[in-house]
Amino acid sequence: MSRALLLAHDASECEPLAAFAQALGLPFDIVTITGDCPQDLGAESIGSLMVGDPPPADSLCSGLRGFAANYSVVAGAATMFGKDYLPRLAALLDRPMVSDVVGVVDPKTFTRPMFAGNITADVRVNADAFVVSVRATAFSNPVRSGQSAPMQVAFDPQGVTKRTGKSESAGGRPDLAQAKVVVSGGRPLKDAVTFERLIGGLADLLGGAAGATRAAVDSGIAPNDLQVGQTGKIVAPELYIAAGISGSTQHMAGMKESKVIVAINTDPEAPIFDIADYGLVQDLFVAIPELMSKIKP
Amino acid sequence: MKVLVPLKRVPDPYSRIRLAPDGAAIDTTAIKFEINPFDEIAVEEAVRMKERDASVEIVVVSIGSAECEEQLRKALAIGADRAIRVDCAETLDSLGVAKVLVRVVERESPNLVLMGKQAIDDDNNQAGQMLAALLDWPQATFASKIEFNDGRATVTRETDTGQETLEFPLPAVITTDLRLNEPRYVALPGIIKARTKPLESLTLADLGAQQECRVAVVSMRQPPPRTAGRRVNSVDELIEALRVEKGLLKS
Ligand SMILES: Cc1cc2nc3c(=O)[nH]c(=O)nc-3n(C[C@H](O)[C@H](O)[C@H](O)COP(=O)(O)OP(=O)(O)OC[C@H]3O[C@@H](n4cnc5c(N)ncnc54)[C@H](O)[C@@H]3O)c2cc1C
Repeated sequence: MSRALLLAHDASECEPLAAFAQALGLPFDIVTITGDCPQDLGAESIGSLMVGDPPPADSLCSGLRGFAANYSVVAGAATMFGKDYLPRLAALLDRPMVSDVVGVVDPKTFTRPMFAGNITADVRVNADAFVVSVRATAFSNPVRSGQSAPMQVAFDPQGVTKRTGKSESAGGRPDLAQAKVVVSGGRPLKDAVTFERLIGGLADLLGGAAGATRAAVDSGIAPNDLQVGQTGKIVAPELYIAAGISGSTQHMAGMKESKVIVAINTDPEAPIFDIADYGLVQDLFVAIPELMSKIKP
Repeated sequence: MKVLVPLKRVPDPYSRIRLAPDGAAIDTTAIKFEINPFDEIAVEEAVRMKERDASVEIVVVSIGSAECEEQLRKALAIGADRAIRVDCAETLDSLGVAKVLVRVVERESPNLVLMGKQAIDDDNNQAGQMLAALLDWPQATFASKIEFNDGRATVTRETDTGQETLEFPLPAVITTDLRLNEPRYVALPGIIKARTKPLESLTLADLGAQQECRVAVVSMRQPPPRTAGRRVNSVDELIEALRVEKGLLKS
């Protein structure tokens, strides 16, 4: 039973989860909730629940419970989706859980941020079986090998919760959590139209995703799924451009692992400059249009 | 309708977090403690429910040593009716917290548990979901809008790609996100007045609960600070630096 089950929302989460399982050093199987799983990630078996839209957490967990009980470690990605159902699954199995794992010290000791990333902690699980949520930004490039065997997963979800509505923000851009370039805007962006024109426009020119601060989301400038930070999404792109963002601890918790950080801010004392590779003290309403005109192919 | 709001005492989110000299915990000497911001949003939401319907009863509960009575008093000042402190000086993991809360739920029989999605100290984001599982109740996490109708809840919740609406019967556990409401400011007189509201203290034994902690912090460190790079004086200089020094923005 020393064996890991990796629960991936979709194919895009399989690689980081496989890299985590390889660091853990246990044999593993991967089950995707929607869509298929790549066959060469070193998993012994792969399967899919093949549901179009994952059911609400009560149903999803009731369906996964019996199957997941066969594994000593159950791991999923620390997305909002994972954070919703993984703790429920853990409690159904009476297993403790470690959230937001960014490193494996040994098979029962994990590194994770606490206090909005101000502290890095090693935490030890004193149990034979447990659940983990993994930060996809911290695990990549699993050793590719083999041809995983197909596996049937018995999945019979039961629950009382109904999903009666869904509003997805307009797609068309790469997924924020996985984009190579992220352009983020803060409070001074004024309104949704301005945000979309400047932040969205620059993101599109760079083939990247748009992100935002809590202040921008709270004031309706940007949709909630763009919030980067301690209580939003965690990103670590090649390039992060922060425009009109002060650099609160909570925001930096979500982006300080980015490879290159550019800050554009009118206040030379803004804390964001302390972590920026390149700081430009300038009005973003001047700098971003100029950047857009000069980057344009 | 009876609402149970669990809350946690945590460092003020705007305080500077450093390690204590022994490296085993954070340095709390210069830190102000507050109700976990997400829990405060839960208290606020419960109080708004009560303002719409006077029959709503709000019980707040915190697990901890005597200091957390300060946060319970504040919740009473915001408008909760009574408070319970479950005395426990030891650390619990999230599942341990959920198991204690199950006992509190059994004692109080609320129709709804409303709590923060995550505590901003451990950043675990687990207890609400675990409580819902142990009670076999439906859950709605990361709520940005909550409505009740005929013993059912309709909750709009934030997701990775936008929002969704869930509908389920009560009792249930709902966890709050930032956009649910903006908590009111409570002035000192309100806090003093709330001193007359009941605050009861129970032991784990009173509740028939145990101290469970199977996830333990073994060491803490401050991550190395990211060093600041340099200032650029113009957009041209920025583009040049990104191209030449970092190989980015290739055209
Ligand atoms: C419990 C909790 C959780 C939180 N979670 C998150 C989170 O996940 N993510 C997050 O981002 N925040 C989070 N926050 C909020 C966080 O504390 C800050 O309030 C927020 O990040 C500030 O956003 P901002 O930088 O857009 O706004 P501000 O701090 O107001 O900064 C705006 C900046 O824009 C600059 N500026 C103004 N005009 C211009 C201009 N024309 N051109 C260029 N620069 C300009 C200003 O100099 C300033 O530095 C959380 C807070 C709490 C309490």
